[in-house]
Formats: sequence, C-alpha cells, structure tokens
Amino acid sequence: MNPIAAGLAATTGLAMCASVAAIGTPSRWRARVVGVLTAVSGTAGVAAGIAAVTGIGWRAELPGVLPLAGLTLDADALSGWFLVIVGAVTTVVGIYTIGYAGGDGRGPGSGTSLTVLPVFTAAMALVPVAGSVPTLLAVWELMAVASLLLVLTEHRHRAAVRSAGVWYAAMTQAGFVALLVGLLWLAAATGSVSFAGIRSAAGHLPAAVTGAVFLLCLAGFASKAGAVPLHPWLPRAHAEAPSHVSMLMSAAMVKLGVYGILRVGFDLLGGGPRWWWLVVAALGALSALYGIMQAAVAGDLKRLLAFSTSENIGLILLGIGFTGVLAHAGNTLAAGLAMTAVLLHTVNHAAFKTLLFAGAGSVVRATGTRHLDQLGGLVRPMPVTTAFVATGALAAAALPPGNGFVSEWLLLQAFLHPGQGADTALTIAAPLAVAVVALTTGVAVVTFVKAVGTGFLARPRSDCAARAVESPASMLTAMGVAAAGCVALAVVPALATPALTRVLAGLQLGGTPVNREVLGLHLAGTAASVRPLWLAVGIVAVTGTVAVTARSLGRARRRAIAWDCGDGPLTARMEYTATSFAEPLQRVFDDVLAPERDIDVTHDTESAYHVAAIRYHQQIPDRIENRLYRPVVDTVAAVGTRARALASGSVHRYLAYMLVALVVVLVAGVIR
Amino acid sequence: MTPWLVAVAQAALLALAAPLVVGVTRAVPARLAGRAGGRIAQPWRDLCKQLRKQPTSPADASMFFVAAPAVMMATSLIVAATGPFIAATSLFGGADLIVVVGLLLLGTVALALAGLDTGTAFGGMGASRAMVIAALVEPTLLLAVFALSFRVGSTDLSRIVAAGATEPARVFTPASLLAAAALAIATLAETGRIPVDNPATHLELTMVHEAMVLEYSGRDLALVEWAAALRLSILLGLLANLFAPWGVATSLDPMWLAVGAAVFIGKVCGLAALLSAGEVWTAKLRLFRVPELLAGSFFLGLLAVLASAILA
Repeated sequence: MNPIAAGLAATTGLAMCASVAAIGTPSRWRARVVGVLTAVSGTAGVAAGIAAVTGIGWRAELPGVLPLAGLTLDADALSGWFLVIVGAVTTVVGIYTIGYAGGDGRGPGSGTSLTVLPVFTAAMALVPVAGSVPTLLAVWELMAVASLLLVLTEHRHRAAVRSAGVWYAAMTQAGFVALLVGLLWLAAATGSVSFAGIRSAAGHLPAAVTGAVFLLCLAGFASKAGAVPLHPWLPRAHAEAPSHVSMLMSAAMVKLGVYGILRVGFDLLGGGPRWWWLVVAALGALSALYGIMQAAVAGDLKRLLAFSTSENIGLILLGIGFTGVLAHAGNTLAAGLAMTAVLLHTVNHAAFKTLLFAGAGSVVRATGTRHLDQLGGLVRPMPVTTAFVATGALAAAALPPGNGFVSEWLLLQAFLHPGQGADTALTIAAPLAVAVVALTTGVAVVTFVKAVGTGFLARPRSDCAARAVESPASMLTAMGVAAAGCVALAVVPALATPALTRVLAGLQLGGTPVNREVLGLHLAGTAASVRPLWLAVGIVAVTGTVAVTARSLGRARRRAIAWDCGDGPLTARMEYTATSFAEPLQRVFDDVLAPERDIDVTHDTESAYHVAAIRYHQQIPDRIENRLYRPVVDTVAAVGTRARALASGSVHRYLAYMLVALVVVLVAGVIR
Repeated sequence: MTPWLVAVAQAALLALAAPLVVGVTRAVPARLAGRAGGRIAQPWRDLCKQLRKQPTSPADASMFFVAAPAVMMATSLIVAATGPFIAATSLFGGADLIVVVGLLLLGTVALALAGLDTGTAFGGMGASRAMVIAALVEPTLLLAVFALSFRVGSTDLSRIVAAGATEPARVFTPASLLAAAALAIATLAETGRIPVDNPATHLELTMVHEAMVLEYSGRDLALVEWAAALRLSILLGLLANLFAPWGVATSLDPMWLAVGAAVFIGKVCGLAALLSAGEVWTAKLRLFRVPELLAGSFFLGLLAVLASAILA
C-alpha cells in the first residue's frame, strides 16, 4: 500500500475515532481519549506528508464518497509540505488538549467541542491533498464550519465570542463564495474539475479569464490567511477561541490559505503575468506593516499574537509575490530563493506560533486574563512556560539564533538579487521590500519584548496573576515538542533542502538554490551563507564562557532591594505596563494608528485647582476595519431593520407574500 | 595565521581597545571645554574596580536580569571576532550583515528584558525607550549596509569591505554617501550618544541606556559598560571600514594584519574624537523628537538602497 494512502487513512480514521469517542466517553476521560487519538492522527499526517515530499506521488478517486462529483485525492510534494505542517500542529494540539480541556468537562472540554476538534484537524489534513475542485471546496467548507463551531466554544461565557463568531462566519463564507465562483469558473472554462485536467488546459485560457479567476481565488485564500485588509475576523477569532483552537487556526489553517495561493497561482494557472504578483506583494507589504503595528500596541496577549500572524502572513505573501515577479523576469535563482524563504517561513511560523499560543493558553488558564497590563511576574510560578514562551518570542522576533531568523535571512537574500538588467518595477520594488521587512522586524522585536517583558517578568500586577500556578504536564509536554521543533528548525534548516527542491520543482521554479552545506545554508550563485548551528552554538558557548569567567573572578551575587528613590517599597502600580511600554512607539506611528484617547479630570468640589481623580481611557481602533467594513455592516444592519417592517406578524400578509411570489415565478416561467 | 587565531585576536583587540575609545570620547569634550578631564585609560580602571565588586540583584528579578550582561557581552564579542575590522577575509561566514545586525539587536533585547525584569519604573522606561529607538535604528542599519551590498551582490560584510578596498571608485558613489549619512545617525542612536541619548546624564527622566541599567552593580555593571563600549567600537569600526576601507588586511599575512590593526585603531579613535567633538556643539534632542531624526535616517537609507539598485 502506498505510504501516503496509509498515512492519510490513519489520519482521517483516527480523527473519526476521536470524534466518535468524544460523544461516547464520560467527561472525566473525554479530553484524554480525544487528545491522544488526535495526537496520533496528527503524527500519521506527518508521516503521510513526509512520504509525499520524498516524491512518491499518490492519486485516488473515491466516487462514492461525495454525491455528484466524488472525492479525488492527489498528493504531490507541495501537498506533502503543508500536510507535514498540519500534522505536526495537530500532534502538538492533541497533547495540549489533554491538559487544557481536561477540566470540568465544560467549555473546551465539552462533548461538542471535543467532537468537532478532530473533524477540524481531519478536514485541514485533506485540504492540501484535494485533487479536484469539488473535493477542495467540500473539505474547505468542512474546515471552515468546524473551525467556526470551535471558535464559538465559550459563547455562553462572553459576548465577545458571539461577535467574533459572527465576524468569522460572515468573512469565511464571503471568502468561500469568492473561491466557489473562481474555481467553478476555472473548471467551466477548462472543461475539467480535476486539477490534472485544469493544469493541462489552463494554458489556453484567455488572459482576462485567468486574471479574474486568480483575483477571486486570491480574495478567498487571502481572507482565510488573514491578510490585511481581509483580516478583521482574525484578531477576534484567534483571541476569543479556546487556545488549542487558536493554535490550530493560526499555525495550520491560515497556512492553507497560503497553500491555496501557491496551488492555484503557480501550479494550476502556471505563473501568470507580473501584475498578479505585484498585487500579492503589495497585499503582503500592507499586511506585514499594518499587522505588526497593531500587534505592537495590542494589550491583549492573544490579539497581539493574532496580529503577529497577519504580519507573518504578510511576509509570506511578500515572498510569494516576489517569487512570481522574479520568475516572470526569468530570474529562477532569486525566484527559487524567495520561494524557499516562503516555504521555510510557513513551517517556522507554524512552529513558533503553536508554541506562543500554547503559552498564551497556559497563561489564560492559570490567571484567567489575557490582558498584559494585568499580568506580570509569571516567571516565578510558571518558569517552564516562561522559558518556552521566550523561545517562541525569540523566533517570532526573527532574532538569531531563532528559527524565524533563518527564513527572514533567506527572504532578504532574495530581494538582494533582482538580477542583472531587471525591469524597472523590480528594481524599485526590491529595495522597498527590504525596507518593509526591516521595519517589520524592528517593530516585531518591540512587540515580543513587550509580550515577554511585561507579561512574564517583574511583579504581578493583579491578584489573578499572583495566584498563577504552572500548567499540567501534558500542556508543558506539548509546548516542549513545539519548542523542540523551533530549535530543530533554527539549527538544522538545511535538512529540509531535498524536500524543498521537490516542492519547487513541482511549482515549475526549477530547484532551490540553497545548497546544503555541512550544517549550514549556502546560496548557489551568490556569496552568501549562514550557518545557523554555528551561530547558535557560538552564542550559547560564548555567553556561557563570559558568565562563568565573570563569576569566577568576583564574589557571589547578593539580593538587594531595587532603587525606590527612598520612598518605601515599590508596588506593582509603579511598574511599566504593556500600554506604557508601547506608548512611545504608538506616538511614533500616531498617524497610522490614530488612537482614541479620553482623559477625564475630576476636580475637588472645594477648589478647582485640586485634582481629585484622573481617568484615562485609550482605545486603538482598527482603522482599516472601520473604513472598509463599518459602512457595509451599517448598511446591512439598516436594511435588516427596515426589512423587519415586512414581517408584521399578520398571517394574511404572509399569505399575500406567498401568492405574489408564486405569481412572479409563474410569470417569469411563462415569459421565458 | 589561521582564521581562528585572527578572530580571537580581533575580538581581544577590540575588547581591550573599546574602553580606551570611550576614554577618548570623554577626554576630547573635556579638553574642548577647558577642563582637564580624566585620563584616557580611566574607563579601564573603572572596569577593573567594578569587576572586583559584588553584584546585586533586585528582589523581584529573575534569570533574565542575571543573564543579560553575559548575552550582551557575548553577542558583541562574536561580532567583534567575525566582523571585517582588521582583516576583510571571510573568517567563518559569520560576518553576514544581517547576522551582525541581528546579534547586536539580540544584545539590546536582552538588556531591555533585564530592565523590565527589575520591576522598577526606571527599568521599564529605559527598556521602552531603548526598544523604540532600536526598532527604528535596526531597519536603518540594515538598509544602509544593504545599499552597499547591492553593488557587491552579497551581504557578507568582509566582501563589501574587500571590494571597497580593492576598487576605491566604488566608495564614492551617491548611494555610498547616503548610506554613510544614514549609518552615522544609526550609530549615534545605537550607541546612545548625543543627540539621541546622553551617556553622561544624571537625570533619570532623560535617560535611555542608563535608566535600563540602573539596577546593575559590580561585575554585572562592568560587563554591561564594557559591552556597550565594545558596541561603540564595533559600530565606529564598521562605519570606518565600510566607507574608508583602506588599510584593512585582505590576507592573513601577520605583517598586514599588524598594519590593519594599527590603522583600524587609528580610524576608530579618529572617529570617536570627531563624534565627541561634535557632541560639544550639539544638544540632546527631546525624546519624542528622536523618532523624527531616525525616520530621517531611515529614508536616507531607503534612498541609498534605491540609488544603488537603480544606478547599479
């Protein structure tokens, strides 16, 4: 039996078992059973994905499964790459669920939530192996609906969850409509629903059709990926969903949007004109900058991570856009480099975002709050979680020796080699892209210093943070697995080179120019190389040497009171909060962020010169959302309110409506 | 000489010379202001004194506070060892521009986290300000040197310097001048000099770097100060070698290395004297005017990259 088939069968089969088990098991055991089965299912997915990236192809038609069209599965190296991501994240989430959902059998531990969870992971595993338009649309919609149900898990506890659910439902369905129209149009124009048929026929389509299809698919996939300006669901859904769902959505599901763009743009439509990719690159640049600026000023830990997802998707889209532009210009070297960076960054982002959302989940579980201004001091009660979150933050900030650094290094290298005699657009776009990546990285560093520094260090700023306790072993194990993934990707990314070569060949981009040196990356045709392992070992070894040498020279360390200006003990209210930490940056980007400030000064009744209290309220609205979506939402709401007048409650009136409708249908039928 | 030996020698040279460079930046303004000032070796004496003293940790601080000085020193030492300072030969492939910027940033981040870890308002204030400055400086640093890498086609700093040393015509281009201006401003900000930060300030509210390290004492403080001095030498050295790459040894011949070392010390001390003389006539900017300066340098860097990409 083909290993891919076996792996996929195991993945879906185990997920279905988990789903059924969630209904049948008593709440005491439910999370454990579902967690273990989901984790094993994810591991099977990783195995299937690895088999697929080694170049074994697999294709299967299952006509009886879906009515009318049947199920067509087709696994190539690109499918394998994304299957590995989905499978690995599923494994970690499975382990995490055991502890996270193993409480009183409510919320994330409820039967409904744990029944839907494996359905969601199985649907995600099937998206990259879908081999025809109906199959892709079916599993895509299954994934969307399952994730929506999971986002709504805690809808009884908080009104914000319901609002997030409505936003997510509306946007994911709008994206699905775009996708439906785009892919069906493509199928109708090529006369084939299978990807193989579309691939062979797409070359003969008129440019207007392929352009329209690409834009529709881009809208659908980019909205799923959370690219600005199609992002408003993302910070809501990621923040309000239970953390294991946030992990799956942010680390795996949004990547499938990236997969869709790659599959349709490079594989099915075979490249395309330059303007497609300039649009993608512009979308990426906007997402990266806007996402990270919103993340930098976010006070909610999960909202911060959600906007950081938008940022990373932006960097990925920027890379995809450049791949297209460079491939169009005939510079396969740099195009391959950009695509290598894109593929590595999808894996890297999946690894560190799984870890960070897991850490955020642990924090929420331990303290009951997501707000950084109320956290602090978690390093003492939760040392292991803090260490893992710091590892993830190092990667997310793209600092060496984290894994995010490797992919951003590759991305910058791609911009550096636009090629001799490149066209004007590319010559201008490449330096601008460097500036975008550089600024994004700079602000990302502030963001994650804020997240770690104000969230986990110094003194607790509230009672709930002071009462925090370390998470159970299963959650720590899950974070440990994710952290090990981050470390492996950081020090030996070169191991992925053979797989990358096959994925790139499948996308008609030649091979990857990244040579696999001994434990390092060397770029063919250029003089650039980086040795992540050496770098990591060097940093650790030199830091250790410096610390040990300095210690052996002098006397032992002593605890002392921090400088309190001689004014009694320092309280937590004197610490810098996340809001105050980000304030200078917010001032710098005041024009972009346009924060709304409200200062109420109450004076003493006896004298107007004495201030009794000052109330400061600040809100940083999402301007893009307010400009683009608020009018639409208001219009729909207004129409809905007006339409209420139609439903007066009178039976006679409703009968009249039915009669009118019947007459209209009959008249329409007769005229036609 | 083997590359390893050169790297160690280079790191040792920079580490030994860095406090003296700081001494120069203090002696020059003192002379210009008519004061006697301290000796040039005074920073070394301070370091030796502090290294012997007992370090203290604030009651609420964790491992982040303890580890930060070592991390900052280690990243600076790695950059000092691998960068193109006395010899522009690829030592370990570690002198990649992006790696260097990343390593320097890692040191800043470690110190900022330590500042937050103390739980004092000063620590948080310094960390917040330092990170905002770093967030705006790092892109500039990256862009400015990127402008130079476009013409070489590589981000390897040694190659950029070697290319400049062998073909002097490459150094005097519009892109190069723009990049030099951007890099100079970035260096001022990164090393905490006037007009961005005042290294001699005693007023907490105007501090950036000093507020962040307020809780450090004894050998911790010595390490932080030493690493800060090392970063000053590193950035001045990069500035000198990228835009005046003469005298840099392009082979591992001991004699050329000795010449390279001497020329390098001369260049860095000259730049340090120039920098501190400039500080005499300049006032520190208000903190919220600093971003304007940095935005200016960012755009200079962007123009430099555009110029080098278009005119290449």
